[in-house]
Amino acid sequence: MTVIVKKTTQLIAGMVFLYGIYVIIHGHLTPGGGFAGGVVMAGSFILLILAFGSDFMHLTKEESGSTLYENLAILVVVFLSVSGLLYGARIFFLNWLPKGTAGELVSAGMLPLYNIFVGIEVASSILTIFLALVIFKEETLE
Amino acid sequence: MEVAISIITGLMIIGALYAIHAKDLLSAVIACGIVGYGLVICFLLLKAPDLAIVQIVVETITLIIMVAVVLDSSREERYLKPDPQGYMSIVTAVLLIVVLFYFFRLAAASLDVFGNSTLRMADAYLERATDRTGSANLVTGVVFDFRGYDTLGEATVLVTAVLGILTILRIKGKK
Repeated sequence: MTVIVKKTTQLIAGMVFLYGIYVIIHGHLTPGGGFAGGVVMAGSFILLILAFGSDFMHLTKEESGSTLYENLAILVVVFLSVSGLLYGARIFFLNWLPKGTAGELVSAGMLPLYNIFVGIEVASSILTIFLALVIFKEETLE
Repeated sequence: MEVAISIITGLMIIGALYAIHAKDLLSAVIACGIVGYGLVICFLLLKAPDLAIVQIVVETITLIIMVAVVLDSSREERYLKPDPQGYMSIVTAVLLIVVLFYFFRLAAASLDVFGNSTLRMADAYLERATDRTGSANLVTGVVFDFRGYDTLGEATVLVTAVLGILTILRIKGKK
């Protein structure tokens, strides 16, 4: 890509990543949440790969790492949903943490935790799919 | 508002029809983008910002991936000969559309006015979700608390899709 695209990507990619984190963390207060924020976070990595080529920061070597994060995150979500059973209830997804006052950043019990881990899962899933396509193309060219 | 939604839906239908008939695959992909972004504006008009955010982000990523794939290919749709018995399919399609519209009209006449909720469940969510979950955003409260199973299912579907893609797109493992 040209210098203009590379420079703009350098300026924007970090902000896109931070915006994804903001959307995830504020998921229980403002529109958005784990799914939307995760895709925004994956978008910042896709932007970097598209602008700087597939060998930038050896990102294409990170496919196994992103798969690991994806599987770990969905495992944590399952454990969080089961954790209500240990607390004595008979249902999944029991919101057993203290609720706090609605509208503050630390409130709503378990919901921010679900948002964060679902966000990690979605981000690494989308990134893994993109990396799999890039690696497939490179292997076909060889 | 209904006029605006009707115009946008018409644009989406035109985009979808153009995407089918375009000779260049790149313009077909961009015409598919019209459908997605039109849906975003519809969601915003219907006051569903959560869905609009998800839709606009997913649409952008999908469009990027599809443009990258199309630029790698020959970009041309292969010429297909017209089917000599094609008029039968056209007649069947027109009949089906007429029958579907007739029954859809019957069904729509018995519904409430557009925009009014038909579910008794929705009122209970609207009134008590903030107290029960402590979440200021009702959508997150419903998605992760009342309907937690659905969200777990969606996340699992994503994981399964990634596993399938990694299995299919593996050249080194096949050798």
